[in-house]
Amino acid sequence: MDLDALGNEATVRFLLGKGGVGKTAITCAMGRALASTGRRVLLVELEGRPEILRAFGAEGDLGYDEQVVFEDPSGGSVIARHITPDEALLEYLDDHGLARLSRRLLTSGVIDVVAGAIPGIREVLLLGKVKQVANESGADVVLVDCPATGHAVTLLTSATGVASAARSGPVRAQADEVVAMLTDPARSSVVLVTIPEELPVTETVEAAFRIEEEAGMALSLVIANRADLPLEDLDVPAAVAATAAGVELDAATLAALDAAAAFERHQIDTCSEQLLRLKTELPLPLVVLPRLAAPAIGPEEVDELASLLAAATIDRDAP
Amino acid sequence: MSGLLGAIVGADVLVCCGPGGVGKTTVSATIALAEAAAGRRVCVLTVDPARRLADALGIDASSSEPTAVEVAGPGALDAVMLDSEGTFDQLIDRYADSPEQAESIKGNRLYQSLSSSLAGTQEYMAMEKLYELVESGRYDLVVVDTPPTRNALDLLDAPRRLTSFLENRIFRALLAPTKAYLKAVSFATRALLGTIGKVAGAELVADAVTFFQAFAGMEEGFALRAGAIHDRLRAEGTRFLLVTSPRPDSIAEARYFEARLRESGLAAGGVVVNRVHPSFPADGLTAEVAGAGGALGALAANLIRLNELAATEDLALAELVDAVAPAPVVSLPLTSEPIHDVEGLTRLAGLLGEQRDAGRGPEHW
Repeated sequence: MDLDALGNEATVRFLLGKGGVGKTAITCAMGRALASTGRRVLLVELEGRPEILRAFGAEGDLGYDEQVVFEDPSGGSVIARHITPDEALLEYLDDHGLARLSRRLLTSGVIDVVAGAIPGIREVLLLGKVKQVANESGADVVLVDCPATGHAVTLLTSATGVASAARSGPVRAQADEVVAMLTDPARSSVVLVTIPEELPVTETVEAAFRIEEEAGMALSLVIANRADLPLEDLDVPAAVAATAAGVELDAATLAALDAAAAFERHQIDTCSEQLLRLKTELPLPLVVLPRLAAPAIGPEEVDELASLLAAATIDRDAP
Repeated sequence: MSGLLGAIVGADVLVCCGPGGVGKTTVSATIALAEAAAGRRVCVLTVDPARRLADALGIDASSSEPTAVEVAGPGALDAVMLDSEGTFDQLIDRYADSPEQAESIKGNRLYQSLSSSLAGTQEYMAMEKLYELVESGRYDLVVVDTPPTRNALDLLDAPRRLTSFLENRIFRALLAPTKAYLKAVSFATRALLGTIGKVAGAELVADAVTFFQAFAGMEEGFALRAGAIHDRLRAEGTRFLLVTSPRPDSIAEARYFEARLRESGLAAGGVVVNRVHPSFPADGLTAEVAGAGGALGALAANLIRLNELAATEDLALAELVDAVAPAPVVSLPLTSEPIHDVEGLTRLAGLLGEQRDAGRGPEHW
């Protein structure tokens, strides 16, 4: 894959995917791959989860402050931090001269009333913080590990909603700035991460249309993770293969080989059907990554995924 | 009697929780179908199911009323999809003093946005609907498929969070400006609201005040209801079932759920590991076979790779079994076909039944 294009096409990339498709691992791998080209990459986590640190072999919790998690000999690096709505909100209040009131606003529950009255206000402040970080961190690329798809679509469409609900005031101004960032393809774009199975593909297609139509954002890439790629000779009966190799096998072993082959053929067929659907329904550049037998998210899996990403060819053929 | 049945026997409420993307809806529907086939009157309450599954179960997404699903067996199964906003509207109707009060609340902009977007509202409404179904007396068992929540306890706390929102002191203080206690807070409160008005817009504060005025008198009903739900979720007959995939990341999440349940004095009734990879007998695979070229080598490599995947899952599963003991852990096999009809669910229910009859632990199929 052309990492230079990936690093230059837009400053902020939002990675979206359904829970369990490996979105965080892909975010980390993309960061790792971009760092190997000498870039300074900032990974932003939005839910206060620890996986990004594990992915780079570090312990503890990811903080609100930037932390270097990976340094490449090329001079590139991966820096990680998290941003949560409450922190973004407190910081916003502090910046607007409400520092004295901010704690009281939180503990009195007034914030909940305000947030309840303007749905999306927390999300706008969160994205406003992402925008600020993108401008000030000095990173070449910012990769945002978004919450699971449903919440992420809400997150990215929230600013448009706030811009129409709050008629005036600093919140409105913030929403307008966020919308300006999201809808400028030179500043931000969305990477969709999915797995080639029916439900995740359906949800990815739906999310893609909503993001384009409701948030007005550019979609730059689809990554199909954990694909069962075609294998040679799986349709040869084990008995035939054994005879050809001049090996004698007992019936149980032949049956096991046949059963394993039948299982995998089915997986491969399902996978190629779903990849075809993905290509037909989403005419976007597509990268397919194979299923890895990694025991857990960690440096090894991230390394392997990063090399696969760097080596992957982008399928740009929209049927 | 062992396995999952042990977790379900005597339960009248089964809360299925777990991370997203593990097939929670399918597992909830499967269990409901299996219990109905065994002769119980069951209702499954599902939150945002995959449309094809909703179609298969005959759930009308636009109705919040239970719909009957055909079951082969003596029992009965109803399915209902959560309509969060509709459920909230019903609550307002129930506790309003007059239809006029109900209409005035439902027409308020703050109410409209909070019924659809306040964090935790969907969780609360899932619990509210669950309570309503349990109290109807029509069912022996209600199975609820919960929204994917990182923290299972959010579900338990949701009713209380909404009530504390509705009881907001600062806005309530505005409603009774003649009361003596206001003197102590009025200056600070007014300053606060003035500031909020400057930041978020004055209309917003006006909407909020109108909302709390309209809501006056209903908080007590809401608080009592929230208390009843809270107690019901902690009652003897309520069991929590964790659903996970065999992938290490989602198992880690399931263990986190379980630990949080335990911390709050609740126990996971059981764990269902969904979509486990199969393993294949490999005793006859000598080094000669594994190292063979051509088709035989390819077939052997495929079997070995699948067994490695299964072994990775097994390892994570074994840790899970230890971590959640004595809660039973059962696994369902990976099927390549997505399950989106009653036949598919019945097949899966059959596997669950076999496993429970044999009282087997987690193992491959």
